[in-house]
Amino acid sequence: MLRLILRKLGLLLPTFIGVTLTSFFFIRLLPGDPILLLAGERGVSPERYQELMVQFGYDQPVWQQYLTYLGNILQGDLGTSIVTKQPVLSEFMALFPATVELSVCAIIFAAVLGLPAGILAAVRRGKTLDHTVMTTALVGYSMPIFWWGLLLIILFSGILQWTPVSGRISLMYWIEPVTGFMLIDTLLSDQEGAFWSAVNHLILPTVVLGTIPLAVIARQTRSAMLEVLDEDYVRTAKAKGLSTYRVVGLHALRNALIPVITVIGLQIGVLFAGAILTETIFSWPGIGKWMVDSIFRRDYPVVQGGLLMIAAIIMIVNLIVDLAYGLINPKIRHSE
Amino acid sequence: MELKKSLLMGGALVAALAFANPSMAKTLVYCSEGSPEGFTPALYTSGTTFDASSRQVYDKLVQFKYGTTEVIPALAESWEVSEDGLEYTFKLREGVKFHTTREFTPSRDFNADDVIFSFMRQYDKDHPYHMVSGGTYEYFNSMSMKDLIKSIEKVDDYTVKFVLTRPEAPMIANLAMDFASIHSAEYAEKMMDNKDVFDQKPVGTGPFQMVGYQKDAVIRYKANADYWAGPAKIDNLVFAITPDASVRYQKVKAGECHVMAYPNPADLDAMKADENINLMQQEGLNVGYLGYNTQMAPFDNPKVRKALNMAINKEAIIDAVFQGAGKAAKNPLPPTMWGYNDEIVDDPYDPEAAKAILEAEGVTDLSMKIWAMPVQRPYNPNARRMAELIQEDFSKVGVKVEIVSFEWGEYLKRSTDINRDGAILLGWTGDNGDPDNFLSVLLSCDGVGGSNRAQWCHEGFNELIMKAKAVSSAEERTKLYEEAQVVFKEQAPWATIAHSLVSEPISTRVVGYKIDPLGGHYFYPVDLK
Repeated sequence: MLRLILRKLGLLLPTFIGVTLTSFFFIRLLPGDPILLLAGERGVSPERYQELMVQFGYDQPVWQQYLTYLGNILQGDLGTSIVTKQPVLSEFMALFPATVELSVCAIIFAAVLGLPAGILAAVRRGKTLDHTVMTTALVGYSMPIFWWGLLLIILFSGILQWTPVSGRISLMYWIEPVTGFMLIDTLLSDQEGAFWSAVNHLILPTVVLGTIPLAVIARQTRSAMLEVLDEDYVRTAKAKGLSTYRVVGLHALRNALIPVITVIGLQIGVLFAGAILTETIFSWPGIGKWMVDSIFRRDYPVVQGGLLMIAAIIMIVNLIVDLAYGLINPKIRHSE
Repeated sequence: MELKKSLLMGGALVAALAFANPSMAKTLVYCSEGSPEGFTPALYTSGTTFDASSRQVYDKLVQFKYGTTEVIPALAESWEVSEDGLEYTFKLREGVKFHTTREFTPSRDFNADDVIFSFMRQYDKDHPYHMVSGGTYEYFNSMSMKDLIKSIEKVDDYTVKFVLTRPEAPMIANLAMDFASIHSAEYAEKMMDNKDVFDQKPVGTGPFQMVGYQKDAVIRYKANADYWAGPAKIDNLVFAITPDASVRYQKVKAGECHVMAYPNPADLDAMKADENINLMQQEGLNVGYLGYNTQMAPFDNPKVRKALNMAINKEAIIDAVFQGAGKAAKNPLPPTMWGYNDEIVDDPYDPEAAKAILEAEGVTDLSMKIWAMPVQRPYNPNARRMAELIQEDFSKVGVKVEIVSFEWGEYLKRSTDINRDGAILLGWTGDNGDPDNFLSVLLSCDGVGGSNRAQWCHEGFNELIMKAKAVSSAEERTKLYEEAQVVFKEQAPWATIAHSLVSEPISTRVVGYKIDPLGGHYFYPVDLK
């Protein structure tokens, strides 16, 4: 197991360098530059432009800038935002917990509903229930997030007034970030009602962000289940007279879960992409919105640093998923 | 059941947020469009940052009277300008207190040292704070303050003298701008070992004191009880950062905010119909234009430019692009600006006459480019659509138009090029309510190859605006600017398209709010009923 982990970690290194290269050069390939965008219609004199280029270090040859950047990363320095003049790492750390909190809730929401829906659809294959689940999943998968979010806001916050429109917590509360996770910080803060306010604010964004993963998980679970339900050992289990619950829940599900877990792992990337829109609609202070703003402003250090951190996290999640196979299915563990 | 209960509880919380109980502190919630870049206005250029910093937390020596562009005393009680227009002496207000925060307790009142500090930080490259937080002072630079100011002297604790290198009438208006906010020199001294904190935890003399900020989520302020002009009527001010315009509107509807920034033009009709919303509208201090490259044939011929201007149906543009929320422009200055020449008659919309002039000038089979901005701006909500309408108009007079566009930064850069092809859609929003801020920046000979996108250098016009800059009598300046607008109209370096209306939806509970012509959001005189 240890050797497996080490080998997987060894593979991460070249990927990591690849990410630094692409993030560094791609943003520079985009037309426009941060100084011109900073100046706007007003413009900037050629002398002043040159002065700022020197100040930001953009007068150096690009490869030299890249080496400096790489050197700084190794020392844990992701640079300073051109716009806010704040260290990229500290901005990332301040915003990242909000994205994680929302993504975790969304993936739990998706798994808790998606797994049973997929299993039921597989067991009731070809029946009305199956068709209903699959059609709903298709609709969910095709849902434009922006439209879906606004629709839910207008219905639940505007007309029914059940949920707040946007934000992370009611403005009545001021929660000093300790962990950055609002659900935990509100519990630590001891302010009455704060936790429920945070839960309330999470409901709509969780549903919106979780919709696509929910559809994907439901479909994947169904097809994986269908495959294993035809296997000999399942037939044997049935023949032994085991209850449907035991056959499906124990024998079949355990094997069907492997592709499902892969899909859940892959959904992490989808979640980050979806977070960009979800965070914008729900005024959610996470990294999605932060990254998009930085791309528009050509805030090179933030785009580079943000991409690098996100890539690192996706790689780690995938590593964990790889290792999780072994836990579920000992055959994989032994064959390694 | 449990879930439903919690949902209802949430509803109750939101209702409580609507601050129904009069004995509770009055808290005004403003749904702003984004996070400030920081809290020291001189370092930044965006209105979002100024709204969160200079317009609530800081004061300047002089300020704009609420809802106008008239300059009135603020931290300076009065000022005198020497005969030659080179020396500005400010008498400072006494007894003005800086905010007391967690990081800083002031031991003295505001005085001349604070003024010197605030300007020298931007002016002097060797100042200990010059390079802190990036050290980009783009407004200070672009208003030419560096060349303009010779020295700033402390005459005594409550008198400061600015000595200029040349007479500059807009100087006072410049000092009302956000970059001229006054900081505490004592606070800066105290933060010498931790200078970044100085720019992140603002200490000012303004009507509100910042008490908390969470990026992309919320900014909290409390009223400054010691404010020199008397405390604000509200107790707390909260900026709920809400990037999406439709969501901001939903928040106003749900009572989660009282004032919102920048509504979607598509939502305006619904807002007008909503009885809980008061939709305020006012002409903005802006102009959208089509600038020809006047150095390139056939646009070097004023008659050709004039003819093309006559081919543009502005009313159709106002309807289609501004959805009625705009006014056709005849001058480069907006009508709410002093010095606006209302005597000027706009070129009539007359495609037939335009065609005849073009033929008389030997311009047939003309193909040209029109540049359309890739972004939405207050003076032009949809440049692409505007370009298409002009394309259609021009085709009626036999001119073929190709519409081009670039990424915004590229667009701004390439459009400054003297050899740029064709005509460009662009515009301007005023910074300080002085006509010089439009005419000099956009149309002076100095601006050619830069912010003068028409590349237009007209001796007579340039002389008039330079003279207006140097004399201090308001009456004389008005006359000169009026004359300059006559020259502009004759020469027609631009087709002046429109001045947009600024719309701000506010809750009917908000009293005393005014739209700022310069685009800011100020809450000091505002109350809640």
